[in-house]
Amino acid sequence: MADLTTNCGGIISPNPFWLASAPPANSGAQVQRAFEAGWGGAVWKTLGQPIQNVSSRFGGHTIGGARGAGFNNIELITDRPLEVNFREIYETKKRFPKHAVIVSLMVETEDEWRDIILRSIDAGADGLELNFGCPHGMCERGMGSAVGQEPRINERITAWAVKYSTVPVLVKLTPNVGDINPHGLAAKHGGAHGVSLINTIKSIIGVDIDRFVPEPRVGTQSSNGGYCGAAVKPIALHMTAQLARNPGFRLPISGIGGVCNWRDAVEFILLGATSVQVCTEVMLKGYRIVEDMIDGLSNYMDSHGFATIDQMVGKAVPAYSEWGDLDLNYETVAKIDATKCIGCQVCVVACHDGAHQCLHPQEGTRVPRVDESECVGCNLCKIVCPVPDCISMVTVDNGWAPATWNQHMVGAGKLRPKKGAH
Amino acid sequence: MAHDKHAATSNALPADRGEAPFSDYKVAYSPTQAVAEATRCLYCSDAPCMNACPTRIDVAQFIRKIATGNDRGSAKTILDANILGMSCARVCPVETLCVGACVYNTLGHPPIQIGRLQRYVTDRALDEDWQFYTAGPDSGKKVALIGAGPASLACAHHLRRSGHACTIFEKRDVIGGLNTTGVAPYKMKADASLHEVDWLLEIGGIDIKTGVEVGRDVTFDQLERDYDAVFFGAGLGLDSRLGVPGEDLAGVDGAVAWIERMKLQPVDLSGVRHALVIGGGNTAMDCMRELLGLKVPNVTLVYRGTQAGMPGYAHEWKAAQVLGAKAQWQAVPVAFEGDGRVQRAKLALLDGNKQPTGETVLVDADLVLMAIGQGKLGGMLAGLSGINIAKGVVQADEHGFTGRPKWYVGGDARNGGKEVVNAAAEGKQAALAIHKSFG
Ligand SMILES: Cc1cc2nc3c(=O)[nH]c(=O)nc-3n(C[C@H](O)[C@H](O)[C@H](O)COP(=O)(O)OP(=O)(O)OC[C@H]3O[C@@H](n4cnc5c(N)ncnc54)[C@H](O)[C@@H]3O)c2cc1C
Ligand SMILES: Cc1cc2nc3c(=O)[nH]c(=O)nc-3n(C[C@H](O)[C@H](O)[C@H](O)COP(=O)(O)O)c2cc1C
Ligand code: SF4
Ligand code: SF4
Ligand code: SF4
Repeated sequence: MADLTTNCGGIISPNPFWLASAPPANSGAQVQRAFEAGWGGAVWKTLGQPIQNVSSRFGGHTIGGARGAGFNNIELITDRPLEVNFREIYETKKRFPKHAVIVSLMVETEDEWRDIILRSIDAGADGLELNFGCPHGMCERGMGSAVGQEPRINERITAWAVKYSTVPVLVKLTPNVGDINPHGLAAKHGGAHGVSLINTIKSIIGVDIDRFVPEPRVGTQSSNGGYCGAAVKPIALHMTAQLARNPGFRLPISGIGGVCNWRDAVEFILLGATSVQVCTEVMLKGYRIVEDMIDGLSNYMDSHGFATIDQMVGKAVPAYSEWGDLDLNYETVAKIDATKCIGCQVCVVACHDGAHQCLHPQEGTRVPRVDESECVGCNLCKIVCPVPDCISMVTVDNGWAPATWNQHMVGAGKLRPKKGAH
Repeated sequence: MAHDKHAATSNALPADRGEAPFSDYKVAYSPTQAVAEATRCLYCSDAPCMNACPTRIDVAQFIRKIATGNDRGSAKTILDANILGMSCARVCPVETLCVGACVYNTLGHPPIQIGRLQRYVTDRALDEDWQFYTAGPDSGKKVALIGAGPASLACAHHLRRSGHACTIFEKRDVIGGLNTTGVAPYKMKADASLHEVDWLLEIGGIDIKTGVEVGRDVTFDQLERDYDAVFFGAGLGLDSRLGVPGEDLAGVDGAVAWIERMKLQPVDLSGVRHALVIGGGNTAMDCMRELLGLKVPNVTLVYRGTQAGMPGYAHEWKAAQVLGAKAQWQAVPVAFEGDGRVQRAKLALLDGNKQPTGETVLVDADLVLMAIGQGKLGGMLAGLSGINIAKGVVQADEHGFTGRPKWYVGGDARNGGKEVVNAAAEGKQAALAIHKSFG
């Protein structure tokens, strides 16, 4: 049995699954129930100066019948009194000394940061997370993503936090930037022990087309909110990997964004995360999803020969390269397994209208024919085919030695003739 | 007499046994089908499907794990609650249990096929020999279990996890109880039941002594003396009889006895043109579908009451009708006639109160199966003071404790005859109570 114990920047938890700072980590009773269900850690709902929330607050994005596949919110930080939060953090740590409680913070001045950090540590925090990510409301007041988008401010505040903290400091980054690297590096230069990413993405989740008001609606108005949930995973994976492969970075990463199950968690870890955090899927399904995450991850590790989380972290990072370094002579074509094909021909229409017109209906059968001389190996048919493993992309041994664009540009490497480009 | 861990399959079954021609009524899911169905599940909270399961399998959780590709975790969720999860997946009357409780019924959508999903992962667990459990450290305690049916097997497996030594006494040569000898072959054949027995015996330390009838070959007193606890899981007794003239003619048989032969041995039905099944319960329903499946041309149910009043499940009767089942409602045999072998049955017609109308009919019959219930075995324990027996059923508290120190009961012997899943649940409860009693 694999050991799931996790050490993320000095914050140790029995497994890599943490609640993200959000409604599921809003109170002591909730976090304690989550720990009972199996969560290894929790990042407490962000603490700061008093705020007041609107009603309503959340918007759901239904994609192809999947409710909440994307999600957004216009909620702010905690609206509960600070002393209540600190008391509950203390009680939670007392009941669960081995679980990680990370306190998320967002205030303005150095004095405020010092004060709230000291109180968090007094309450028993195992680590701090600096919320430089919230993309709505708080940023209008110069906090949240207003900090995360400004490397100089990020670095300065991180340095304050590190100066006052006796526990590890994670900086939670916003994805609302063009390139995540300068922001991760700012946190590093400020002395952070690790980063968490991503916070939510600026978004309008939808529009009430009868009232002409965007959603979620607050009376007659709405505001842009933070997008999260299953739909954002690809963006979060990219930002995680961007930092993980940056040789100047090399800090532990707590991966966040669209983690719904053990498989998503494995992907984040393979791309460089040490722990993962979950908000939306818990909001939609409850703390109990962690049971599948734990035994799914553990079974995966056993079957792949990983004894510890550390052995897995970043395993897929070396395979994430620049486009210019990809082998242009590598060739695949689609193959259809006629015994599996159900004859829907959605691949045919996809290829005809959306790719290279190389799947064709045949006489006497509903199974399409692949014109391999035209197939560019784009994957589209495989993506639309409703039957798993019916279409596979097989490697063609075309005899061409590997050659990349970057090699080609310096006169090295011969490129095979283009396919489907007539 | 004593058997090693491959006790069950070493009793090789003949390939040409009567049940051989049957194929699965509900076919196995492919991985694609399983994931598609699992993805449909709503992952309800305090899920009604779970509450409808006597063993309280966390249905929502095991289904979600199928959807995420965590088949191992899924199988463990099932087996943690019910070590007979594989056979239950096939034989449970899910329409009246979990599937019947699924909230999709309320929405007017087809309910989640929980049994088929459960089968999908438990089949993998057994086929790939996933073992999730190990015996606990030896506790020094010994438990005797009477009968090697679902109740005792579930009980013994739980006891072993706590390190108690288990000896099961089974009067038959085959293990598994009615799960092996009774359930309809289009749900599960005997070899699948035996495979499950082998798989669960891999925990080790469960000694099964076949061919030993407690009460005859060993006494109850002996067990009480030699063991720290005794679990009574002997199930039900012989098929009941009507006590009418001609009942001893060849061709008139007890339903459960006939099913056992059909499942374990070759049967010759080539001469049978007209079969009657007497009764209206689920054993009768099974007989109907089995005889029709074995190509007996005319198979007629003879039941005292009306179709609506029949205790057998409506879905079972519907399935029998699809195969061509006929019925004589409100009738009861009063005599069987024939020359050494049964040829005809005389049926008295009954009114709405199941009283004779005075009218009789004579019908052709060259095979008659009596499916009017089974005797109760509780009487066997009548000599043990402190054990209460009501109408042959051993009385117990909700943990299966009989009131006489050391004595526990579960399965058909305790509930009067329910389902495999009830036996599994009661075996598990008793194991927990026995473990607790050891302090
Ligand atoms: C025809 C038929 C079809 C059925 N179909 C289904 C179905 O589809 N689905 C379902 O869920 N349930 C079904 N059932 C019910 C189900 O089989 C039982 O509820 C279940 O097997 C009970 O388990 P048990 O362990 O209590 O008893 P049994 O399965 O009856 O096992 C008792 C065991 O004890 C042994 N025994 C008895 N006396 C002694 C003794 N003195 N000494 C030693 N050993 C002894 C017997 O040989 C037997 O092996 C069916 C029952 C019948 C009769
Ligand atoms: C309703 C809601 C409230 C949130 N509140 C906070 C917060 O107070 N502090 C914070 O750092 N992130 C907050 N987040 C962002 C989440 O912690 C997380 O970074 C984001 O939702 C992406 O993860 P997910 O896809 O698992 O939801 C909130 C998200 C939601 C949906
Ligand atoms: S989820 Fe609860 S708090 Fe939110 S709107 Fe519904 S009932 Fe109200
Ligand atoms: S999409 Fe898949 S199943 Fe449908 S026709 Fe194409 S190959 Fe066959
Ligand atoms: S009731 Fe139906 S939908 Fe709900 S958890 Fe059970 S199987 Fe799934």
